[in-house]
Amino acid sequence: MRILRNLSRDRLATISLLIIAVTIIAGIFAPLFAPFDPNEINMSLRYASPSWEHLLGNDHLGRCILSRIIYGIRPSVLWVLVVLFISVLAGAILGFLAGYFRGKIDAIIMRICDTMLSFPGYVMALAVIGILGVGLENILIAFALIKWAWFARVIRTSVMQYAELDYVKFSKATGISDFKIIFKHIVPVTFSDIAVISSGSIGSMILQISGFSFLGLGIQAPNPEWGMMLNEAREVMFTRPELMLAPGLAIVIVVSAFNFLSDSLQVALDPKLVISKNKYKENSPYSAVKVREKEVAN
Amino acid sequence: MLKVDKVQKSYKKNGLFSSERQIILKNVSLECRSRECLGIIGESGSGKSTLGRLMLGIEKPDCGTVLIDGMNVEDRRVRLGNISAVFQDYKSSINPFFTVEEAILEPLKIQNKSKKENIDKITTLLNQVGLPSSYRNKYSHELSGGEIQRVCIARAISTEPKCILLDEAISSLDVSVQIQVLELLKDLKRIYNMSYVFITHDIQAAAYICDRVIIFKDGQIEEIVEIEHLKDVKSVYARKLLKSLITF
Repeated sequence: MRILRNLSRDRLATISLLIIAVTIIAGIFAPLFAPFDPNEINMSLRYASPSWEHLLGNDHLGRCILSRIIYGIRPSVLWVLVVLFISVLAGAILGFLAGYFRGKIDAIIMRICDTMLSFPGYVMALAVIGILGVGLENILIAFALIKWAWFARVIRTSVMQYAELDYVKFSKATGISDFKIIFKHIVPVTFSDIAVISSGSIGSMILQISGFSFLGLGIQAPNPEWGMMLNEAREVMFTRPELMLAPGLAIVIVVSAFNFLSDSLQVALDPKLVISKNKYKENSPYSAVKVREKEVAN
Repeated sequence: MLKVDKVQKSYKKNGLFSSERQIILKNVSLECRSRECLGIIGESGSGKSTLGRLMLGIEKPDCGTVLIDGMNVEDRRVRLGNISAVFQDYKSSINPFFTVEEAILEPLKIQNKSKKENIDKITTLLNQVGLPSSYRNKYSHELSGGEIQRVCIARAISTEPKCILLDEAISSLDVSVQIQVLELLKDLKRIYNMSYVFITHDIQAAAYICDRVIIFKDGQIEEIVEIEHLKDVKSVYARKLLKSLITF
């Protein structure tokens, strides 16, 4: 509750949260929100400009762009979030184990991570697609397989900074169990780091999925996807540049909403930053500088 | 009561595949009696903090045992409520996400007492360490160093342990606050009948509070001396240590 209250004080965070919530709801209930069938071809409306009936106009096959954007939320945002959640979860569990217990567990987990990270991401994804076949779900599996190692590594480093602190030592000394210590002491302090790295990779994952769609390896042709819509618009980039606007803006807005939200979340989660921010607002011109500095340090 | 028996500890020197080890503690044996304040004095890098971590059961010795009332401290159920600690660095002693109340409540919660009882207990604890009970809702960054150290002491005594390990607990405080905290520790010792293991590099502070001091050098016990006989230490190192003291 405290977190929500802190977030609501931050206008940018509220707007970002609103955008993300609306996007997710629109994606889940796409058939209710979309005015037309996204795959319905209507050649008479080819390259039609926006009208009251088709708010964002029509593409090269006369399909309603608004409907395609709304249906495109599913592969572009929802599935990316699911994959992100899975890989962050796997990375977090292994990262916590490695960073907290150290020793042999750490060595084993980190060597596996090194092995995974030694392959370039795109090559690994191509290999997985080569084995499993073309399709969105296989790309997503490939992403989950590649990304967890990176998350595990970053989270381990973050955990290691905190696992040596005196309050953790005190809890260990008084005989509190390791899992309790991890949940009560280490998860809250590392959460802001996890939030920032995962929101940062949402953007790159959305772009990568559209990249694979462009190569024809991802989601297949008639189905709408933001990256693929951009690629379709690319063919008429010089004659009808406005076609790139809708999918491009959709990607930019959603990605920046996630980034802004993670920034504000970091502030909202940290009692130190919230209080100092309020204090500085009252009587100090240095507020912006101070808060920034802390964010970078984290 | 707290008995360290022929403990040895070494750390790996460099990297995963190196077999070279740096020995920190060599065959250390000592005992802290019940209701005693045992001081461990040594310079930086002498291994006294490592010894402290072994006594708390946070790390395992390579060989030898640390026993409290005959039971091994490596088992966390033995440590539960029996042993506690106060550390040097007051900045990281309390979780920044916890209020004073939550911090003190943490070790108390394991004892399965009613919530009301615990809340009352916190009020008495805060009063005992000289803080108003209105401090319970403050976060650690809103307190001064001395106040945080007091909260840490309150947290350490909350479970009424048999033994508290104070690892440089006053070293990061101002001299005037150091005296206050030492007085407080003396008073609490009388009330709760605990024993202290007081790790420090400050001989004056040790002389003020301890009954017995161990002079520690290069991972070995150089000399054990009762505080009354601190002046007539025999070993060369201990004499040098006493001489190097600045006197006013």
